[in-house]
Amino acid sequence: MGKLSAAIVGPGNIGTDLLVKLLRSDLVEVHSMVGVDPASDGLARARELGVPASAEGVDWLLARPDPPDLVFEATSAKAHLANAPRYAEAGITAVDLTPAAAGPFVCPPVNLDTLSDAPNLNMITCGGQATIPIVHAVSSVVPVPYAEIVASIASRSAGPGTRANIDEFTETTARAIESVGGAARGKAIIILNPVSPPMIMRDTVFCAIPDDADTAAIAASIERMVAEVAAYVPGYTLRAEPQFDEPRDIWNGMARVAVFLEVRGNGDHLPPWAGNLDIMTAAAARVGERLAGGKAAS
Amino acid sequence: MTGQDKIRITDSTLRDGSHAMAHRFTEGQVRGVVHALDRAGVEVIEVTHGDGLGGSSFNYGFSLEDDITLVAAAVDEAERAKIAVLLLPGLGTVADLRRAHDAGASVARIATHCTEADVSLQHFAAARDLGMETVGFLMLSHRVGPAELARQARIMVDGGAECVYVVDSAGALVLGDAQERISALVEEIGHEAQVGFHGHQNLSLGVANSVLAQQNGARQIDGALCALGAGAGNSPTEVLVATFERLGVPTGVDVQGALAAADEVVKPFLDRLPFADRGAITQGYAGVYSSFLLHAERAAERYGVPAHEILQKVGEAGYVGGQEDMIIDVALELAAERERAS
Repeated sequence: MGKLSAAIVGPGNIGTDLLVKLLRSDLVEVHSMVGVDPASDGLARARELGVPASAEGVDWLLARPDPPDLVFEATSAKAHLANAPRYAEAGITAVDLTPAAAGPFVCPPVNLDTLSDAPNLNMITCGGQATIPIVHAVSSVVPVPYAEIVASIASRSAGPGTRANIDEFTETTARAIESVGGAARGKAIIILNPVSPPMIMRDTVFCAIPDDADTAAIAASIERMVAEVAAYVPGYTLRAEPQFDEPRDIWNGMARVAVFLEVRGNGDHLPPWAGNLDIMTAAAARVGERLAGGKAAS
Repeated sequence: MTGQDKIRITDSTLRDGSHAMAHRFTEGQVRGVVHALDRAGVEVIEVTHGDGLGGSSFNYGFSLEDDITLVAAAVDEAERAKIAVLLLPGLGTVADLRRAHDAGASVARIATHCTEADVSLQHFAAARDLGMETVGFLMLSHRVGPAELARQARIMVDGGAECVYVVDSAGALVLGDAQERISALVEEIGHEAQVGFHGHQNLSLGVANSVLAQQNGARQIDGALCALGAGAGNSPTEVLVATFERLGVPTGVDVQGALAAADEVVKPFLDRLPFADRGAITQGYAGVYSSFLLHAERAAERYGVPAHEILQKVGEAGYVGGQEDMIIDVALELAAERERAS
């Protein structure tokens, strides 16, 4: 079976973590690691691991005689918006880990199968990858008029890009809770916690559900979904059984299910507390492998 | 009179008090409170869900009335006072701030955990673009020392804050703790911005800390009528006004007007007066975010474990403002422990 070749553009923490994951893959071969700063630690790491690395940016990548099949973009929304048309022109599929959302949102266990021909796929946000599977698990059993997620991450795992534009997280995640998760209305909240030792990423999903919902069916759907995500994010676990509550006045008369998740990272590049980073790169690697599997099969 | 600098009282009855009201303020209550505060001479009145713009949610409790409706009513009712809104980046967005500004809010108070000031920069920039007065809120200020707190205040001022508050969200600062933090901020930013203090009554020190803050250079002080606020409540506006008058510190607020506002307008609609009960004192003692109190009480009832034990554990875990969901998580854990033990 032929491997797909993939370049990683953006040698920061996300790109470096993704590199470590892809080097383990049987389906994706790392073509190169690309950045713009010759002093980048990520580029040095790539070279150490035997991966071609360049600080000459996307120009270098597109000038290769053997361009990659795939590019994983781990730069910034702005950079990706500039690069996306160039990848498209070169016939390279882009998996976008920035908030640019130039292509459709993808959450592997929910909608990857329907998007395998898209030239550009957006990985939403870390909180989205952690919670949208659960929203979808609930909305595939009962209508969900409203879903809300709370993502708590260790301060040290929030990079300067996230900090400078935190609205991008809340707004993008909220939109994807609706369009991918299947809730009529979505809301997202992110909390940075500086406690030491750093807290492991936690995510809580609240879904409004009908009064007479079949709670056993919802719980079973959630548990199946947790297992599906755990197949590519081994540290993805439920902290407790899904909690079902009767309608309350302070919830504007809605009944709800609350799901408490922990996302322990694999410790590939950053330590296990950075589950937010791990779930993004694990989901992106999953996308790459599925695309490789699909192309190999066709 | 001693010729002391005037300080400005910001009343947060209709924002921090929203926690104690489970975010169920009616438009009528908002109009009544704004009218009374405005007449008494309070210059800034904060009106928002307790967790700020966009706070209406499962995690924090849904507002009975939309924030923007209440802000517009407050603006309509106030003849002199400015209406302020609170925004916590990560929860509220610039879009929310714009809507509040369109409804007439003119002061933007941007709040972050005391070590995370840099998440506020986009919101300060937006507030300045909108022509709003800007205030930074460093929450749970007891969690870091004075020097680090001053560094965070510097980030906010460089981002456009015209005043930065030491916010004692847990009511955990004990006298000198407040004094040192205020002094550090005055030294770092005092030549280009004001310093403020927001106190809570969990250890009954809100007013005393506010006086120490003023004596060390703070020029904006928060209060709430009848102390209405999270935990054991805020420094009562009416007590602050009376105390500062006795100290010869001008606030511009009429003491009798403030007393009447508390006694005749707010007290009649309260089901429970803020009080330093076991849960609230535990918050001050263990350094827990005051807004967690009612959430802990609800989780205690739902899962059959004591609220003060939940709060103690939440404090040990170092959870910060906004992590109300972790209260349920902790309650579930305590309930499971009890089951195993029995």
